[in-house]
Amino acid sequence: MNVPDDLRYAESHEWVRVEGENARVGITDHAQAELTDVVYVELPKIDAKATAKGQIAVVESVKAASDIYAPVSGTVVEVNKALESNPALINTDPFGEGWIFVVKMDAPDDVKQLKDAAGYRQQIG
Amino acid sequence: MHGLLQLQRSAFDSPLDASTLTPMTEAAQKKTPLYDEHVRLGAKMIPFGDWIMPVQYSGIIDEHQAVRNNVGVFDISHMGQLVAKGAGAGAWLNEMLTNNIDKLEVGGGQYTFLLNERGGIIDDLIVYRTEPETFLLVVNASRCDEDFAWLQKHLIGGVTFENRSADFAGLAIQGPRVVELLQKFLGGEAELPARNQIKDFEWRGVKVTIARTGYTGEDGVEAFFPANDAAKVWNGLLEEGKELGIRPCGLGARDTLRLEMCYPLNGSDLSPERNPIEAGLGFFVDLKKPKFVGRDVLANAKENGTPERLVAFRMKSKGPPPRPHYSVLQNGTRVGEVTSGSLSPSLNEGIGMAYVTAAQAKVGTEIEIEIRDRKLAAIIEKKPLYKKP
Repeated sequence: MNVPDDLRYAESHEWVRVEGENARVGITDHAQAELTDVVYVELPKIDAKATAKGQIAVVESVKAASDIYAPVSGTVVEVNKALESNPALINTDPFGEGWIFVVKMDAPDDVKQLKDAAGYRQQIG
Repeated sequence: MHGLLQLQRSAFDSPLDASTLTPMTEAAQKKTPLYDEHVRLGAKMIPFGDWIMPVQYSGIIDEHQAVRNNVGVFDISHMGQLVAKGAGAGAWLNEMLTNNIDKLEVGGGQYTFLLNERGGIIDDLIVYRTEPETFLLVVNASRCDEDFAWLQKHLIGGVTFENRSADFAGLAIQGPRVVELLQKFLGGEAELPARNQIKDFEWRGVKVTIARTGYTGEDGVEAFFPANDAAKVWNGLLEEGKELGIRPCGLGARDTLRLEMCYPLNGSDLSPERNPIEAGLGFFVDLKKPKFVGRDVLANAKENGTPERLVAFRMKSKGPPPRPHYSVLQNGTRVGEVTSGSLSPSLNEGIGMAYVTAAQAKVGTEIEIEIRDRKLAAIIEKKPLYKKP
């Protein structure tokens, strides 16, 4: 299972890519493989307030709807509109074109609370 | 709702089984004789009632399309087999079940209901007359013990009644290429039973009982054979089916396939609080029979109508799929509740079934489904929702 070394990970299977004071967020390869067939993504609204560990988006597979939690606190500044017409990007490219939203972080140090790749690898076994 | 990968309620859960919410590591789970084969094929296993079952192998949509276009095979070994024998067996079952056993020739089967005294559905099942005075009941896994206990309680003299579920493994083989597959498998001269008929075959010394039925809307069979031979038959079929595009299929595809056909799922669309008339399944109830459990309630329901009806609906635009327990609204007022819902892989739109108040139950009625904080437009449609092109 692909777990890129340059990302941080939430226990709830979201990844974070730090881009200056912004954090780009998606779900991990492991998560998409378990869900399979993502058929709908409910994106957060621009300017929405993200609270670390708070529900912020929804990813639906054929069989179930799952909450996505914000890995860090901040303000949503960008969302991946491409997922509206092609939600399967989450399956085909979870760490790339399948990103879900970008948060401008309240405190960029918050990412240190998240797991590194080794820690996440250990979690998913 | 739950986060990613937490065990969550879904269409595969029977609402009456709290055990489905228990992590599988903690609950005692029954395994079918094919458990090791599923794991070997990389299936994702989930709790289903008391059982641990494959929900998907290659993916729900891929498996769904395989059944619509080619052929798929499902492990249905968890389903129950009850056998009633004796001179009075037919007459007894006719008082226990809603459809008319007398219409069955030897080798024939029919869809029917086992009701409680209030006319509520204990189970929906298929009964076959396998010999003049022998009947095979194929029942839902989650209700098997309850069905058996209920029938045993009502048993009369001269009928022997056995739960043979543990003796049999079962496969549903479904899809337009099923005849091709089974002729390869059983030998070219094998003549499959006609729709709803049941017949015995032999394959490499294994007795295989094949019924022409299914839960997908495609041509197909359900095959039952000794549990000990399960892996041999399963692997033999997958091997023969390779060039026909066969896929092993899980509960996920089983659910989307049956929902497109509006076949009810007991525990979701049917329950002891619902009768076959309000579920729109009166066709399988023979009110001309003078006596059967629940008859009076059903006769009254047929005569006077029911407060609610089970309807099929389709979302009017792209968006999140409907799910069980979502509210059905009309002009903002609650008129019902979704019992089954999913994205339809064949139609690529959200579909579902719901109980709605009788006034709203007409085909063409505009409704809304409440999905999280939104009210999304849907329309009540004729059943089935999917028709073969």
